[in-house]
Amino acid sequence: MQTLERIIEEHPFFEGLDHGFMDLVLGCATNVRFGKDTYIFKEGDTANTFYLIRQGNVALEIFAPQRKPIIVATLGEGEILGWSWLLPPYHWKFHAHVLQDTRAIALDGKCLRKKCEENHDLGYEVLKRFAGIVAQRLESTRFQLLDVFSAQK
Amino acid sequence: MTAAAAQLDVMVPTACVLKQVTKETPDTFTLTVARENGSAENAFAPGQFSMLWVFGVGELPISISGDPSKHEELVYTVRSVGKATHALVSQKPGTEIGVRGPFGNGWPFQAARGHDVIIVAGGIGLAPLRPMIYEVFRNRAEYGRMVILYGARSPRELLYRKELAAWARQPETQVLVTVDYGGIGWHGHVGVVTTLFKYARLHPARSVAMICGPEIMMRFVTRQLQEHGLQEQNIYLSMERNMKCAAGFCGHCQYGKHFICKDGPIFPYSEIGPLLDKYEL
Amino acid sequence: MATRAQTPRVPRKKREPSPTRNSPRAAAELTSKGNGSQSQPDGKPRGKAAPVNEFDRTNLRPAIIAPAQLEKIIATLLSDGFEVIGPTVRDGAITYEPVKSVSDLPTGWTDEQEPARYRLKKSGSPAFFGYSLGAQSWKPYLHPAEVRLFAAEKRDAAFHILNNDSAPTVSRAFLGVRACELAAIKAQDRVLLGDKYRDPIYASRRESAFIIAVQCSHAAATCFCLSLGAGPKVGEGFDLLLTELVDQTGHRFVVKPGTDRGLGLLARLDAKPASEADLAAGESAVALAANQQRKLDTAGLKEFLYETFEHPQWDKIAARCLSCANCTMSCPTCFCTTVDDATDVTGTHAERWRRWDSCFTQSFSYIHGGSIRTSGKARYRQWMTHKLAAWTDQFGSSGCVGCGRCITWCPAAIDITEEVRAMREGGVCADA
Repeated sequence: MQTLERIIEEHPFFEGLDHGFMDLVLGCATNVRFGKDTYIFKEGDTANTFYLIRQGNVALEIFAPQRKPIIVATLGEGEILGWSWLLPPYHWKFHAHVLQDTRAIALDGKCLRKKCEENHDLGYEVLKRFAGIVAQRLESTRFQLLDVFSAQK
Repeated sequence: MTAAAAQLDVMVPTACVLKQVTKETPDTFTLTVARENGSAENAFAPGQFSMLWVFGVGELPISISGDPSKHEELVYTVRSVGKATHALVSQKPGTEIGVRGPFGNGWPFQAARGHDVIIVAGGIGLAPLRPMIYEVFRNRAEYGRMVILYGARSPRELLYRKELAAWARQPETQVLVTVDYGGIGWHGHVGVVTTLFKYARLHPARSVAMICGPEIMMRFVTRQLQEHGLQEQNIYLSMERNMKCAAGFCGHCQYGKHFICKDGPIFPYSEIGPLLDKYEL
Repeated sequence: MATRAQTPRVPRKKREPSPTRNSPRAAAELTSKGNGSQSQPDGKPRGKAAPVNEFDRTNLRPAIIAPAQLEKIIATLLSDGFEVIGPTVRDGAITYEPVKSVSDLPTGWTDEQEPARYRLKKSGSPAFFGYSLGAQSWKPYLHPAEVRLFAAEKRDAAFHILNNDSAPTVSRAFLGVRACELAAIKAQDRVLLGDKYRDPIYASRRESAFIIAVQCSHAAATCFCLSLGAGPKVGEGFDLLLTELVDQTGHRFVVKPGTDRGLGLLARLDAKPASEADLAAGESAVALAANQQRKLDTAGLKEFLYETFEHPQWDKIAARCLSCANCTMSCPTCFCTTVDDATDVTGTHAERWRRWDSCFTQSFSYIHGGSIRTSGKARYRQWMTHKLAAWTDQFGSSGCVGCGRCITWCPAAIDITEEVRAMREGGVCADA
């Protein structure tokens, strides 16, 4: 059985994290599992956690009246689920629907926010990593919006 | 046939019987055409294309999507998006269609032997890559790992779904499929094809990548591959331009100094990279 | 001094009693007996015969013929079954048309060419070839503007190819081919015969063509062949080369054979050896033509154009260019074509036609969803960059021969030499 520290270290998101920071992060982390077809969070819920996905597949879903739920992206092994905990008003914008049994490390957002406020070096480190994720997701979303496979041009 | 007529071969189609039409997606069909004179000597290379002529309607460049080792047939996957493609996919089995070719250079399958093969396909772009996938499976020991990344618009627009599942069960093969727009019935990945790279187990130093899809998609994919450390000369793209003759006479398919029809359609990124971001080239 | 031109007439090959004018054998008939090296009309070299270019010129010196012998050249070619295409005056321009005698030639006419301007005027000279060059090149006769690729007949689910127009119905002799035009034919040979595939339509017309080149004695204001190394002096690629001389010694032609069949024709003329003075007069006539106004700086031009993709000059050209495609239609090397399919009303008879196309049309670059080159700027850039840069990478030489037709026939007076100069000088176009 891997220690929590080892799991966090090996997750791409925290790759190469300074040991001092690791101790701080570790204090906010817990191991979690989600069964298929459950929801990790729902749109509008308070966002006080984020997840380092170790295994599984989670869909970000949204729905509109008269429409079936739409999946805007899926997230799997090695990815981060959730950044709404970072910025006010700390509310989730999508449902997180578990498509396959999922194992993850949950990080307490409140706890981490507090530590980031106290230690801006940690805050900068965490924000830099999130900025990378946000940039990637934005690029993918733009690419997705181009709808390159559409027959109508 | 007279000597003069024999010389005309390159511009005159051969009448071939359409054996089968299979619906792949709501607008995409796979056509199987009998090839009477097919043999190991004139086998097509994976990635080559033909010019398919519908009697009196028009002619289209269509990639061959079948198995190169099946000499008695030529298989094409056609998306019905215009008058000529619609006419082509509406032909009844037993009808003759005109076939010219195969044309073009094909995927660098010989150079890829001894390497891992990374296949990245978008939409109908899987069709010209399928012969390459068949080639790898037929000569499995000649190649390293094969990673197939495939993205389509939505689950119902995925080509060759059963085959994708079967390929995924083969040893030394990883198949990852994603769609841009998922629905509740879809339990696979949702996101553009580049989002699959983080799940792919790649060995960039010993890999050759082959990409086919819309040009924007190929640009995004190429960037990802380079970020993963693939060499420019080991990334191959299949290009598309207007084609009328397929033999280098009509001038339509020019892309910088290249004729897509006879120099391509497949080019290493090291050759065409600088052209890809030139608007209206 | 004996020349080959004075040797006894080469016996002609046995002919059918009443040869038709359209005899496909015509092209081979002027071949001299010794070196039966001409290609057959179907393009297959005959037996183990030496290729055309092994013609032995070492023993030859040019001959002199009187102007009246030109009539004999035309008559001989006609009687041998050739359709003779030569310069003639039509609709106020020199055009290359079927000619029956020297009376069809533009005797005493010369041309004035400027950007967007073409005029004929009387020169008062007895010269037959006193103009610079025709409005159209020989391209229409070798690479037809319209040709049926095939017809097909459908019966139930099957169809069969009926026929094609690949073989020309007649062999042609071209009278009055200029150096730049020979260079243009050579350029098209490279594209349509010398590449990965061979265009049989071009091949059959090209191989049967009998080429009589005529040296230029003056250049139009639009000429710049010298810059491209394409002229004005004719180098090779002809069956017979004429230099027309009109001076105090009189009106006469220096004649030089370039192939066995050219020699065969010369042997049937009334010729005497050319004197040193004649040859010198010929040289100085061509030298006059070399005094060209327009120049194109070709040094590093390929690399320069590849690097000027975003040059502001393209926008300036686009503001003037009408995308009318005149430049591509009049260009002797432009080879692009499209195809059209048609059926009769019953739907059982189909034809496929090939027609000249131009990179100046929107549809030229159409792929599903739209055209690649939607702007006039992109289309002009494609044409010029292909012509002056990519062509070199594709076929080993420039696609421009400096004939100047694109300048003369551009209704907006866009001058390719000026545009290159403007780009090189940093984007200031003289008349934009």
